[in-house]
Amino acid sequence: MKFDTPAGTNPIDQEKVVGKPHPRIEGPLKTTGRAVYSYENHEAAPDAAYGYVVGSAIAKGRISSMDVREAKAAPGVLAIVTADNAGPIKKQGFYVAKPLAGPEIEHYHQAIALVVAETFEQARHAASLIRVDYARGQGAFDLAAARGGAKPHRRRPDIRIGDFDKAFSSAPVKVDATYTTPDHSHMMLEPHATIARWDGDQLTIWSAQQIIGWARRDLGNKLSIPQDKIRIVATYIGGGFGGKGSVCSDAILAALGARAVGRAVKVALPRPLMPNNTSHRPATIQRVRLAAGRDGKLVAVGHETLSGNLPGGGPEIAAAQTQLLYAGANRLNLTRLATLDLPEGNAMRAPGEASGLMALEIAMDELAEKLGMDPVELRILNDTQVVPGDPGRGSPTDPQSASGNQGKAEEAPLPFSIRQFIPCLRTGAERFGWKQRSPKPGSRREGRWLIGMGMASAIRGAPIMPAGGRVTLDAKGIVTVESNMTDMGTGSYTIIGQTVAEMMGLPLDRVVVKLADSDFPEAFGGGGQGGAASATAGAYAACMKLREAVATKLGFNSADAKFVGGEVRAGNRRAPLAQAAKDGAITAEDKMEYGDLSKRFEQQTFGAHFCEVAVDAYTGEIRIRRMLAVCAAGRILNPITARSQVIGGMVGGAGAALMEELAVDKRFGFFVNHDLAGYEVPVHADIPHQEVIFLEETDPTMSPVKAKGVGELGISGVAPAIANAVYNATGVRVREYPITLDKHLAKLPEIV
Amino acid sequence: MKPFTYERAKTPAEAAAAVARQPGAKFLAGGTNLLDLMKLEIETPRHLVDVQDLKLDRIEPTSDGGLRIGALVTNTKLAADTRVRRDYGVLTRAIVAGASGQLRNKATTAGNLLQRTRCPYFYDPNMPCNKRKPGSGCAAIGGYSRQLAVIGSSDHCIATYPGDMAVAMRVLDATVETVKADGTTRAIPIADFHRLPGDTPHLDNNLEAGELITAVTLPRPIGGTHHYEKVRDRASYAFALVSVAAIIQKDGSGRVAFGGVAHKPWRVEAADDVMTQGAAAVTAKAFADARPTDDNAFKIPLATRALAATIAEGRSA
Amino acid sequence: MMSEIEISRRGVLAGSAAAAAIAAAPHVEAQPAKALPPATMPVSLTINGKRRDLTLDTRTTLLDTLREHLQLTGTKKGCDHGQCGACTVIVNGERINSCLSLAVQHQGDEVTTIEGLGTPDKLHPMQAAFVRHDGYQCGYCTPGQICSAIAVLDEIKRGDPSHVQADLTQRPQLTSLEMRERMSGNICRCGAYSNIAEAMADVAGVDVKEMEA
Repeated sequence: MKFDTPAGTNPIDQEKVVGKPHPRIEGPLKTTGRAVYSYENHEAAPDAAYGYVVGSAIAKGRISSMDVREAKAAPGVLAIVTADNAGPIKKQGFYVAKPLAGPEIEHYHQAIALVVAETFEQARHAASLIRVDYARGQGAFDLAAARGGAKPHRRRPDIRIGDFDKAFSSAPVKVDATYTTPDHSHMMLEPHATIARWDGDQLTIWSAQQIIGWARRDLGNKLSIPQDKIRIVATYIGGGFGGKGSVCSDAILAALGARAVGRAVKVALPRPLMPNNTSHRPATIQRVRLAAGRDGKLVAVGHETLSGNLPGGGPEIAAAQTQLLYAGANRLNLTRLATLDLPEGNAMRAPGEASGLMALEIAMDELAEKLGMDPVELRILNDTQVVPGDPGRGSPTDPQSASGNQGKAEEAPLPFSIRQFIPCLRTGAERFGWKQRSPKPGSRREGRWLIGMGMASAIRGAPIMPAGGRVTLDAKGIVTVESNMTDMGTGSYTIIGQTVAEMMGLPLDRVVVKLADSDFPEAFGGGGQGGAASATAGAYAACMKLREAVATKLGFNSADAKFVGGEVRAGNRRAPLAQAAKDGAITAEDKMEYGDLSKRFEQQTFGAHFCEVAVDAYTGEIRIRRMLAVCAAGRILNPITARSQVIGGMVGGAGAALMEELAVDKRFGFFVNHDLAGYEVPVHADIPHQEVIFLEETDPTMSPVKAKGVGELGISGVAPAIANAVYNATGVRVREYPITLDKHLAKLPEIV
Repeated sequence: MKPFTYERAKTPAEAAAAVARQPGAKFLAGGTNLLDLMKLEIETPRHLVDVQDLKLDRIEPTSDGGLRIGALVTNTKLAADTRVRRDYGVLTRAIVAGASGQLRNKATTAGNLLQRTRCPYFYDPNMPCNKRKPGSGCAAIGGYSRQLAVIGSSDHCIATYPGDMAVAMRVLDATVETVKADGTTRAIPIADFHRLPGDTPHLDNNLEAGELITAVTLPRPIGGTHHYEKVRDRASYAFALVSVAAIIQKDGSGRVAFGGVAHKPWRVEAADDVMTQGAAAVTAKAFADARPTDDNAFKIPLATRALAATIAEGRSA
Repeated sequence: MMSEIEISRRGVLAGSAAAAAIAAAPHVEAQPAKALPPATMPVSLTINGKRRDLTLDTRTTLLDTLREHLQLTGTKKGCDHGQCGACTVIVNGERINSCLSLAVQHQGDEVTTIEGLGTPDKLHPMQAAFVRHDGYQCGYCTPGQICSAIAVLDEIKRGDPSHVQADLTQRPQLTSLEMRERMSGNICRCGAYSNIAEAMADVAGVDVKEMEA
């Protein structure tokens, strides 16, 4: 099915099932421990041996020798996979770092061996018996120091519109500040984990993968296995946030280990290995220059961002959203990438926006203060309904999108498909009681607590990718939908089920949803907040086909047939849906493909985050008291799971604002705090009750479902809202994330 | 984790003898820190003597009006004890400020005293660390040291003692009771229990090989208001950047010990003497010999401010 | 200070060599202390009311016993180091991290795991509340959260003190602050905390928004 004109009214608009707050359909399995995650599939591999990954002890250099004799002789050891015996591993795919190093080492804790043994305890101990001699090389580990060699990147060409320098220098009110964001670790609760099993030349991996198609592609390419010989299953995924974007060392090494020992092998990455072995959100250094007239209208908008990565890796495109968020005639937007020898930087929840808004939205707060304007009003004043200067087309802000659609400038400014940015701001201000905020920082105190309120804008691209689905109606009237879409907690099972139920006129409990298996139709997967929109549109396409087949089978004119209450109806005639399958199940498969609507309209999601914090006037500790998000993100398919996506993003934003930082040891070249004790993420006590408001919205340019994603919108803008609240509480502006107490302690009020 | 054999001892003397007898043997109580370190092969015992059956899990009054806390009393049970809550509030407050409910259910009084540092370089076997591998160097010096010691450190080690409970015990002048392999017992003042790193940072404390902690005794209550101010980035389940254990009397006098700043709970008795002069006077004395790193110099003003908060709280109590 | 850093630099350089040396431990030393065979021991415990007799490598944690030997995979391994709470189970009535406990320490113990609390058809009230309030997303921390949540309500009822209690001599109150503090050993990276608090309040029969005030 081709979607190339904005959607009209269709069965989804009935919203009998779609849009309803249905609890997750897999909830009873998850809450009783019956949902089986990759590493736990005893049924698929009852005799699996255990693999344990050994990480490099150096960040850069070479293995000069490796002695595995003692490890190999250790009790229970079946095989040791190293670069010496693994066979060729090609360097291509979503992740650029090699999943198995040797003799060259690209980064700390890069896998150098897999020890396979009968038991986990044996494999873990034997891993420590491998003796390695390294020749330590010189590496670049300091982003600021690497700035000199930084270069532009094709993913984000320079943008210069108007005369930025002139406009900036002559403007009466301006902000010129540099902000830094540190490296962040995904730290999903389920470690990267895989069971691999070979049946002849057929490889199956049960593996925590967000995007089945990419996992299969990359596994095939890296190990030179034809894709049709690979099956990937990821029924349940214990969180991903971008960190399970494709196959990592666990999957590659499990496959190699299983081949070496001739039986299934299971591998989970040890937690202390994860931050350095896998990818992370790269640190940025961002300079933001904003200039406005005394009326508050922006005349110059400059955003320059620097990040680093391994050779071949991409930049954090932290300046991209700045082209879309606010008006302003003169613009400078530069992305620079330096080469570093730290572990690979790659996608993490809202790549680009999450980091970029952390800088831009503090800068806006600083500008508002200089103007003596309310921060909400400043943002409203600078709203734009078209892309300022129309720098390009499509959704360039999504590194997880394979499309790379950079496009060239159009003649007319590109309009947003729908932009309820001002309503987000106004609703949020109203509901949060923004009026109560004192514009004077440091002026509200309750006992030992300094109280502040802050807000920030949110914007995040709304990508949609071709996706398919397969639906089968059986004689009992049950419809089963199959798609290789994944559910890493995002709610895919439920919203795809709701989509199918709506389309087929069934209650949700008459729909069975099967996901995350490469045997099912391709549906992209979870990433870039594109999964929900894409997969439900794929299910829609398949259901349209099934409706036609059912109508034909029952002798209805498919154009007139209505699917309601488990029946097919037209005029006075009605027939039970199940009747169509009485001679045998009916299966329909289709795929939604797209025309150029995403080029004719800028498709984004918008939001506003509001936050109240308390800062301990003595110790400088920061505690969040209230959080509110207002989101405009297309049709909300399920307000329960959508709310969860947003509050989850808000928690991630709280972590980014207040505690998350992979500390770089610039001598040894690694992230020092590489476990969940050293790398602090928010706990229950950090997070108050959270409010989320979804504005009424459908976006007919997206798909017939008219939906977008919300999971990444939820984190975008949260950290700067908190940062602005902290400033409002203390009067001390911190521009280096995370905002920890040591950064403002010296400037807090004197103690008596 | 290296292979090890395992036994359960029946009496403290038997346990001490069992550990002394076998090279590479260690006591196992709750295991919450030991197993963590064994998985990383930072601890590599070849034999474990599980002490859970020693019946050292009671809290009893002492003849001089204090309390005797069995070595195996869990953190949860100790914190919840009504006598402790009433008379030694600083101890309850310190315990419940640490770790998580699950860990406190398992962690024991003795084990908590023996908790090893959380220095990230100690925890990473690829890094030089004089505590983990004597003579290998200290990667923390010149490295990421935000959490690490500001005082009492040496050129060989800047690790901190990470616990909370012992900081309260230090301010309470607790005593650690032990039994040695030969059956002799001794009482070690908490002040002398933990060591400074000096040039032997691999030694956390002054216990002899095979010496088993049997109890911690608290002297009779000294009244006052009890405070434990723990400062950290996240609101719970985090190690202290700085903590302040204090007992403050009505006249403003009192005692204070600091956590998160040194290789042992940090108390300078001369600093107690100036409590009435305010926080800055106290920390000026307590941290007179501090030698922080650029990363952790903030801990000293932070200690002052945290103590000021404590004093203010004491005043308003 | 400067000289200290100089010393430390030398320390580090020496250390770097040492680091390489650790990994490249002299082969003499590498000659194994004749690789000790793994010691195994019999262990009997009662899990979800059912007695289990096993013979295990002494190194086997309670967590791996459940997951790998008994196929009770509802209890999750998130960090294996007591830093996340995903492995929380209830042993003799108390919640613990099963990753930091050896199976041999639990001879004769009664263990309740998520599988023992309820089934998909017959959910425990806390499990039902998690479903109702969407107190999870990916579901991986969920069994630990639920085991903790049940235990936390018991601990409050029992009167165990907490960090957020103003007066230690009083009984703790059933407030949102109390529940959040006590649940803090269970990390949810998906960020379902606000919903988990509501699920717990629901089971406890209190209004979370009122409690917040």
